[in-house]
Amino acid sequence: MRTIPLLATIALTLVACGGEEESASGSEAGGAPSEPAEEITVSAAASLTTAFEAYDERTPVTERFSFAGSDALAAQIRQGATPDVYAAANTELPQALFEEGEVGEPTVFVTNTLVIAVPTDSQIASIDDLTESDVDLVIGTEDVPFGSYTRTVLDRLPAGERDAILANVRSEEPDVNSTVGKLTQGAGDASFTYSSDVAAASGRLRDIELPAELQPDVAYAVAVVEGAENPKAAQAFIDGLVSGAGAQVLQEAGFRPPPAG
Amino acid sequence: MSGSRGFRALLVAALGAVLVFLTVPIVGVFVNVPPGELLASLAQEGALEALLLSLQTTALALVIILVVGTPAAYLLATRSFRGRSVAVTLVELPLVLPPAVAGIALLAALGPEGILGGLLIDAGVQLVFQTAGVVVALVFVASPFYIRQAQAAFASIDPTLLAASRTLGAGEGRTFLAVAIPTARAGLLSGMALAWGRALGEFGATLIFAGSFQGITQTAPLAILARFGIDFTGALALSAVLVALSATILLSVKLLAGSPAFGGVAAR
Repeated sequence: MRTIPLLATIALTLVACGGEEESASGSEAGGAPSEPAEEITVSAAASLTTAFEAYDERTPVTERFSFAGSDALAAQIRQGATPDVYAAANTELPQALFEEGEVGEPTVFVTNTLVIAVPTDSQIASIDDLTESDVDLVIGTEDVPFGSYTRTVLDRLPAGERDAILANVRSEEPDVNSTVGKLTQGAGDASFTYSSDVAAASGRLRDIELPAELQPDVAYAVAVVEGAENPKAAQAFIDGLVSGAGAQVLQEAGFRPPPAG
Repeated sequence: MSGSRGFRALLVAALGAVLVFLTVPIVGVFVNVPPGELLASLAQEGALEALLLSLQTTALALVIILVVGTPAAYLLATRSFRGRSVAVTLVELPLVLPPAVAGIALLAALGPEGILGGLLIDAGVQLVFQTAGVVVALVFVASPFYIRQAQAAFASIDPTLLAASRTLGAGEGRTFLAVAIPTARAGLLSGMALAWGRALGEFGATLIFAGSFQGITQTAPLAILARFGIDFTGALALSAVLVALSATILLSVKLLAGSPAFGGVAAR
């Protein structure tokens, strides 16, 4: 499997030798579609799937994505995997990897909102309804960010209500995609996911907002991975997420910009 | 002849590459972490529970596969009928299906919104999020491994043996139980081992169809994923147990099949 990065490196070297001037002007605003294909690999939180695939279409480089739970992707990097970019659904995992020397300094690029996701025709109207004993709840594992935010929310509830909701958990999923898949198939009545996941489910799910005092701070951070094959293009990818085509795509997908400052 | 020597060297090199490639990852499971630490992390909450659940669900799945699969394989092996080759292909299809496809397919068929979902709900049967759902997923992915092997084993029985049994008045049912099964036992056993091994390793179909919940649907492979993010040692420990279990299954079946009492000739 080493051949693909190898070929990419060779291709890049050729690009670097031949087309320095064009690429310098082209990579600024995501323009110049005729540029030779550059390629970067991006390990990203599963909740970024729809937005990042749309972003890919607006960048001159080709991104190869690996979408999974941020925790599993972090574990892969700790075990020696070197994608060019790591984008997580929290700030703790990139920060920990940064302190371990596995990735460069993380940048917060977007925020999200945790909501209760239910099938469109559901009778569930509020978090209190999740205590009913006939509700099948699907949540994230303790370690994947959306599962950990879920526990933050539940811990802010009175113990009795929290325990009643936890007693309804039927499955702990490794990422948001497998959770949303289950809900849209009627396997499970509700879940805690991001509002962007509901937006991405093309009308099959609707969201129920959480009371403001329960809402956790959901911020996403991204970093260039140490030893990346293509750190320059990786940084350009990140810059586009902060202010550029990526930021625009993220807002269209239901994410929110990070607080200023 | 130098040509044939060169060819032989090529064969040896190929086998060497195969062996190294296949064994190094397994060695990695055991040498990455000291054995004491592996054992200690097995004692953690949930690890033994996941292993126990794996043993229970795979055993149950295996019983179902044997009870239904053996006569089905016998029919496929000993009779020619219209649509037989279609039936054989259908039986083998799950062999080549990606597990994720198997999981989605089961959900689309037996899930709450699946084509048979309404019937199941009316009958009060729930599979999704239940241990029964895990067993269904295991049977779906593992049964072809047994049926295919059993079919080959039955097909290799000398037909005159079965005919003689019937001539002696044994009847179809007794011939099947008293002659065909004992004669084919080596093949049946190795089919069992393959099916069990596949069931033990099942991951994708179980996760998508049945979900993952400690003590209910979280089998050992799912527990490995759940640990992977935070507790690599724990994930390795569970993996080590699965390697040991699978190797034990494989070895004991090879030994049984190799012993003369179990018709060792056929299995060599």
